[in-house]
Amino acid sequence: MSRHTLSVLVENKPGVLTRVAGLFARRAFNIHSLAVGPTEHDDISRITVVVDVEDRPLEHVTKQLNKLVNVIKIVELDQSASVQRELLLVKVRADGATRTGVLEVVNLFRAKVVDVVPDAVTIEATGTDEKLDALLGALEPYGVREIVKSGTVAVGRGSRSITDRALERVVRSA
Amino acid sequence: MAQGPTPAPPRPAAQAAVAAPKPAPTPASVAPRPDARRAQVRPTTAATPGEEMTGAQSIVRSLEEAGAEVVFGIPGGAILPTYDPLMDSTRLRHILVRHEQGGGHAAQGYAHATGKVGVTMATSGPGATNLVTPIADANMDSIPMVAITGQVAAGAIGTDAFQEADIVGITLPITKHNFLVTDPDEIPRTIAEAFHIASTGRPGPVLVDIAKSAMQSPTTFSWPQELHLPGYHPVTKPHSKQIKEAARLLASARRPVLYVGGGVVRANASDALRRLVDLSGAPVVTTLMARGAVPDTHPQNLGMPGMHGTVPAVAALQKADLIVALGARFDDRVTGKLSSFAPHAAIVHADIDPAEIGKNRDVDVPIVGDLHEVITDLVPELERVHAAKGKPDVAAWWHQIDDWRETYPLGYTEPDDGHLAPQHVISRLGELAGPEALYVAGVGQHQMWAAQFIRYEHPRTWLNSGGLGTMGFSIPAAMGAKVGRPDATVWAIDGDGCFQMTNQELATCTINEIPIKVALINNSSLGMVRQWQTLFYDKRYSNTDLHTGHGTARVPDFVKLADAYGCAGIRVESASEVDAAIKRAMEIDDRPVVVDFNVSRDAMVWPMVAAGVSNDDIQYARGISPAWDRED
Repeated sequence: MSRHTLSVLVENKPGVLTRVAGLFARRAFNIHSLAVGPTEHDDISRITVVVDVEDRPLEHVTKQLNKLVNVIKIVELDQSASVQRELLLVKVRADGATRTGVLEVVNLFRAKVVDVVPDAVTIEATGTDEKLDALLGALEPYGVREIVKSGTVAVGRGSRSITDRALERVVRSA
Repeated sequence: MAQGPTPAPPRPAAQAAVAAPKPAPTPASVAPRPDARRAQVRPTTAATPGEEMTGAQSIVRSLEEAGAEVVFGIPGGAILPTYDPLMDSTRLRHILVRHEQGGGHAAQGYAHATGKVGVTMATSGPGATNLVTPIADANMDSIPMVAITGQVAAGAIGTDAFQEADIVGITLPITKHNFLVTDPDEIPRTIAEAFHIASTGRPGPVLVDIAKSAMQSPTTFSWPQELHLPGYHPVTKPHSKQIKEAARLLASARRPVLYVGGGVVRANASDALRRLVDLSGAPVVTTLMARGAVPDTHPQNLGMPGMHGTVPAVAALQKADLIVALGARFDDRVTGKLSSFAPHAAIVHADIDPAEIGKNRDVDVPIVGDLHEVITDLVPELERVHAAKGKPDVAAWWHQIDDWRETYPLGYTEPDDGHLAPQHVISRLGELAGPEALYVAGVGQHQMWAAQFIRYEHPRTWLNSGGLGTMGFSIPAAMGAKVGRPDATVWAIDGDGCFQMTNQELATCTINEIPIKVALINNSSLGMVRQWQTLFYDKRYSNTDLHTGHGTARVPDFVKLADAYGCAGIRVESASEVDAAIKRAMEIDDRPVVVDFNVSRDAMVWPMVAAGVSNDDIQYARGISPAWDRED
């Protein structure tokens, strides 16, 4: 098994996410994370999906995804040639006695405190999977009460854009 | 991006960014623009500028303009508004079926026999869910079909309204694409897109679910329609480098086989293929979906490969050093145990669907393209290589194949219970009805015998449910085929089990003067299941006795049933009556005919490769396997 990040450009239409997710489900692929959002063009949404899968079945599912009429383009983003980030919000137990320790961890990881109450703090952090895991590990002893992650989003390094040509297609047929 | 049936879902991820919803397309925004790169559905008449009408009228007009001639359907609440203008249409013939499944299979039979898009129509909820089987069937066998379903009013979607079913969600994995339409202005474009998607690339079923409220609302109809499919670009032109490589391999292989699948039929590539077959000198195997793609009288045609294929066809694939797969998909019924399939063969795989290539078997030369273009490009390239390097010597290969042919011809033994041999019935039917007739099978033993013992000479003369294996396919599909090819003789070859699943469509045939002929291979049981029980379950015949044949209560009596449906019914119980009954059936052309051939229930389909077993272990007859070493 290896981890793969796919950027899937899709038409912004109802049901598209179900179509995409359904293909992964049918082959029993475990989706590690999935993030959906708008792009620079109103008619296109971008799905970033991270899966743990062998190369060969990944190729099959990519071909199947390409067959979906609403899928415009699929690009696999290599870890080393792309920037991959995830947003984490974590609520940690922190009272007068432990708050200093928690804040030290926050500073070390260049995270931010976004909410404070007498017995807890909520921390916001962005980074790679590894960094966020390390942060959570460091916070663990204080008592992690709630975690929410956005799912990884990724963009290729350099000046090239994967949406350029997809946009051309959409504009052409709009 | 919300799931299915929400009428106008917001974009959850973009609510802040998008203040105003996307405006509905206006006639002006979907009007034709001078851009040659953009697909358009061919107008059948002059362009129609904006015309005021209801959504229901717009559906009927769109179907007419998209080229539909026949609709197989049955009305109900949510589709009712569309049936009103349908009554006035002079260009659409609507055939009222007795069950939606029958309507779907009829549309498939029509599409398969003619190459045109088949159209079926049903109401919401149960009407739509009854279409699930034919839609899945069309998806597996790449049949171009458009299903129009009524949906509850837009405002009621998602409320568990009466006869509501999320048919778009249900058919998501079994359609090539599907649509939910709640805005009447989108009806013409969506139907144009549905026909385009169904009929181009790898053909398949497209469902258009239309809310009743959209049918009842005023709208503007215009035609032709601009298609808006930025993600749909089927590749049809093959890559010349791959063609060259395929030709090089084919010109140098010593044991080549052309493995021909249903894609050749879908691509209307039989004539082109004939030139490739003649030029290459290679043996050809025609899969269940490709029977007729190459004439059975062609000396290089070894017949059907696979689980019930001929020994020469199965053996040729196993021993090949090169397999050129043309519109075939290395289905498990062809390959047997995949890891031991054709172990020495290099693979050239040509298909219009890139997802098929390398799906089951690793490929040496992948070719994505329309089969007609692939073969048309391959022939001159092969000629060029032949001219430069001479033709390959395949004499030794043919010597070996001819040895298999001589030793293991297709055949059968007479049953020892004194009853009719089903293989004899089907052989005689093929001989008497001839290669110009269409043969439409159900699923099971009779289907395999019909694939084995009838000699097909033309594409689109053999229709069956290959991929999904849908019992009950035959009668409605034969009806659809007869509607599409009214001048052809259409024989449904059905089993007593299959027939009882969809024979209600005989009423449709009689009332609408669609005189199909039915050869009922009645062995009084679920024959193929029974065969497996004989072979693998110690002859414990659990729930396979149907009590329809000789010496039983005959429930139902098929001759009486035929009579009740206004068909001619003929019973045949002995070999001496077979020819006369077939001839009698051929003479009757004013109503459907059902010939109830009472055959032996112990007849089995041979050869056979048991499920999950290597093709090397094919049994020619029970307990008899070819001795490969002798030939090697």
